Amino acid sequence: MKWSEAHISDVLVIGAGLAGERVAIEAASRGHTVTILSLVPPRRSHSTAAQGGMQASLGNVAMGYGDNPDIHFEDTVKGSDWGCDQEVARLFVELAPVAVRQMAQWGVPWSRVVPGKRTLPDGVEVEELPEKAGLIAQRQFGGTAKWRTCFASDGTGHVLQYAMDSVVVKLGITVHDRCEAIALIQDGQECYGAVVLSLRTGELRPYLAKATVIATGGYGRMYGVSTNAVINEGTGMAIALDTGVVPLGNMEAVQFHPTGIVPAGILVTEGCRGDGGYLLDKNLHRFMPDYEPVKKEVASRDVVSRWMVHHMHKGFGVESPYGPHLWLDLRHLGEAHICTNLREVYTICANFLGINCVQELIPVRPTQHYSMGGVRTNIHGEAVGLKRLYAAGEAACWDLHGFNRLGGNSLAETIVAGMVVGGKVAEFAQEAPLIFPFSLVEEAVAAQAARIEALRRRASGSENVFELRKKMEETLLEHVGIFRTGEGLEQAVATLKELYQRSQDIRLRSSGLGPNPELFAALRLPGMLRLALCIAQGALLRTESRGSHYREDYPQRDDVNWLKRTLATWPAGADMPAIDYEPVKITELPPGDRGYGTMPIK
Amino acid sequence: MAERLLTFSIFRYNPATPEIPPRMQEFQLDETPNMTLFIALNRLREEQDPSLMFDFVCRAAVCGSCGMLINGRPGLACKTLTQDLPDRITLMPLPVFKLVGDLSVDTGVWFRQLNENLEAWIHTDKEFDPRSPEERMDNTLAQEIYEAERCIECGSCIAACATANMRADFLGAAGLNRIARFLIDPRDERSPYQIFEVVGTDEGVFGCIGLMACDDICPVEIPLQQQLALVRRKMAWAGLTGK
Repeated sequence: MKWSEAHISDVLVIGAGLAGERVAIEAASRGHTVTILSLVPPRRSHSTAAQGGMQASLGNVAMGYGDNPDIHFEDTVKGSDWGCDQEVARLFVELAPVAVRQMAQWGVPWSRVVPGKRTLPDGVEVEELPEKAGLIAQRQFGGTAKWRTCFASDGTGHVLQYAMDSVVVKLGITVHDRCEAIALIQDGQECYGAVVLSLRTGELRPYLAKATVIATGGYGRMYGVSTNAVINEGTGMAIALDTGVVPLGNMEAVQFHPTGIVPAGILVTEGCRGDGGYLLDKNLHRFMPDYEPVKKEVASRDVVSRWMVHHMHKGFGVESPYGPHLWLDLRHLGEAHICTNLREVYTICANFLGINCVQELIPVRPTQHYSMGGVRTNIHGEAVGLKRLYAAGEAACWDLHGFNRLGGNSLAETIVAGMVVGGKVAEFAQEAPLIFPFSLVEEAVAAQAARIEALRRRASGSENVFELRKKMEETLLEHVGIFRTGEGLEQAVATLKELYQRSQDIRLRSSGLGPNPELFAALRLPGMLRLALCIAQGALLRTESRGSHYREDYPQRDDVNWLKRTLATWPAGADMPAIDYEPVKITELPPGDRGYGTMPIK
Repeated sequence: MAERLLTFSIFRYNPATPEIPPRMQEFQLDETPNMTLFIALNRLREEQDPSLMFDFVCRAAVCGSCGMLINGRPGLACKTLTQDLPDRITLMPLPVFKLVGDLSVDTGVWFRQLNENLEAWIHTDKEFDPRSPEERMDNTLAQEIYEAERCIECGSCIAACATANMRADFLGAAGLNRIARFLIDPRDERSPYQIFEVVGTDEGVFGCIGLMACDDICPVEIPLQQQLALVRRKMAWAGLTGK
C-alpha cells in the first residue's frame, strides 16, 4: 500500500443513512473532522425508502391526546416482547420528540394538524382542536396505544434524509460515496479505522480515525424476498463479526413486515393499515378481527405477519403463480386520502403491479423487513469488545427493539441514536489522540489485497458466487422465516455451513478488474454467510417464542430460561459462531402480557 | 402475451481496461411476466456476463439510482416494464454525468456539488431549543414544500436538457426546483434577492431555453415547468427591485 493514499480524520462514519449522517453532524458540529463512507450517494440510502413515519409522543392529534414518553416506553417494551434494554428505551422515548422538532427546524415538511371534525373508516368521529392547528400531525401505527407517528405525506424517510444531508452539505462534511469498508483495522483491543474498497475503481485504501462508527443498516437482502434495498447486505455487521471480539446481539430476531407486495417484495407502508386498510382472504373476508378482536390489523408486525401466514396455511390464501398471498384493501379510504397520504402506495401499485389501488385489491404477504439484531453496543453506542468502535441505527443492537420493532420506531431510532452516539463519539475524539500502529495498517490492507488478488488470478476454485448466494437466500427464507422448527433450523445450519465452506472456493468468471460487480459480490459473500449462520444458530438454540422469533415446537415465551440476549462472536478460523448470553435489563416494566398476539396459535 | 425473445443492446466500457474501446454489446433474454429492467439486467449479470455494471438501490422508484437512457429516453430502469418496450432494447448511460462504467454514472458527486453551489439548506439564525414545541406551519404550505422536495436527484431531467448537455455549469431543472423549494419555505430566512445572487444568472434560471423535456421526463412527475416559471418570476422581480 501507499501511505500517501491513507485517509485520516478524527471520526470515520461507515454508512450515510440517517443514523450515520446524524452521528457525523453531531461530531462535526463539535469541531471534529469527519469522513462518511457510503456504498451509494447518501440520498440514495435505504433510509429514504421509509414511507410511514417516525414515532414521538407529541400528543398533537385527537387520537393521541394525553400521549407522553411513558406510554411510548410501554408500547416499545411490549412491542419488543420484553427483549429490549429498558434504559435505552427510556432514553429513546424522552429524546424522540426533540429529534422530530429538530428535523422540522432543518427543513422537514412534516404534515400538520388541520382542525375540524372527521369520521374514521371504522365510524369513530374525531375532532382536531383549533389550538393544535399547524402542529406536527400524527398517524396510527401498529402496536401503539396512541396515534404517535409523525409523517410527511407519503415520503417521510425521503424528506428526513434530504434534510439531514442538507446539513451534512452545509457543514461541508466529507462524503466518499461508492466506497465499501471491507475490514476493520484493529488489534483485538482497539479499532483504528477500516480497509476500504473503492467501488469506482476496485482499489484499496486505509481510512484511519480516532473513532470508527458502523451505521450500515440491516442485512435484509440475505433473505430471498425482502423489502430492503439491494445494498442492505449486512456489510458493517459482517466486518464487526470478523474481528472475532465484537459480539452481534440477537441476530435471530428478524422482522417480517405484513405488507410486501407480491411478487416484487416492495413494501407498502404500515400507514395503509394504520389509516384503516383491511386485510382480506381469498373469500374477501376480513380475518384479522377473528384473531385479534381488539387491535385487529394494527397489532404489532410480528403478530399480524404470523396470523397472515397461519391463515394462509389454513387454506385461505389467494393462489397465484408466485405462491399464496392475501389482499390489502384500501378502497374504502377514498381517492383523496390514498392519493395524498398514501400516494407512494398508489404509485408502487401502478408501476409494479399495474393496478389502481383506489379500485382494486393489493396482493400482499409478509416479507423480510428489518433486523433487530446487530453490533452489540452499550447505551452510548460503544461496541462491546473493541474500543474506539461504535455502532448506531439498524446495524446496531443497543438494544431498543428486542425481539420485535414497532413501526415508526426505526426512523426515530436512527436519529435519536445518531444524536446520542454522535455526542459520545465527539466527547471521545476530544480527549483521544490519533494513533495507529503502522505495521497493523499495512498488514490489514495486505490481507484484503491478497483476497482480491487471489480472486482476480482465477488460479483455483470452481464455485459460482451468484449460485451460492441464491442458495443462502432460499435457505434463510425457507427455514429461518416466520415459523421456525428445530428440524428446519438444523437443516438450515447444515446447509449454510456447507455454503460457507464452498464460499472459500469461489472462482470469478470475469476479470475482476475495475468496478467489477462479480468481484464485489465474491468479497461480500463469506461475511454474509457468517451472519446467516449467526441468525440460524441463534434461532436453533433459542427454544422459546418471543416477538418475531416463533418456534412451532416451543410456542410459549419462556422468561425463566430465555429472558436474555443472544451474543454471537466468530472466533478466528472457526466454521461456526460461538454463542453466549447476557441478561436483559428490566428497570421499569416487568415481563407481562402484550395485550395482543396470544400464543400459541391454534 | 406471447413470450418474446428480447434483444438488449448495451453500452459497455470499463475505465480499468482502456485498451478495450467503448462499444455496444448484444444480449438475448426470454421475457417473463411483469419483467422490469431491474429483473432483466440482474439476470443478464448473473446468467450471461457477471462484469456488467449498472446501479440499483431501492428498485422501487424512490432512490433515483437507476437513471439511464432507455431506447434513447432518460428514465428509471427499475420501474420500466419490458412489456412496454419493443423487443429490441437499447440501454445507454445518462449523458452529462461522469461515467463509472457501462450503465453506471456518477450522479452523487454531481448533485453534491449542485447542492453546495445552491447552498441548498435552511438558512436561519434561530437557535434550536430542545424544550420548545415546534413552530406551527399551515398544512397546505407543508404540502407545497413537500411537492418540490419530492425530487429524487435521479438526473433524468439533466440528461434530457439541451442546455445541460451543452454547458457543464447549468443548474438544470433539478437545481431550479431545489431553489423553488427553499423560496417558498418561510423557515429559510434568505431574501429572494440573496437567492437571485446565486441563481439569477445564465448558468441559473436565465439559462433555460424552454424546451421543457425535463417536465416531460421527470419520473416522479414534479411539475417542473411550473417550478421554473415560479423561480423565473421571483428572480426577475428580485433582480428588478433588489429585494
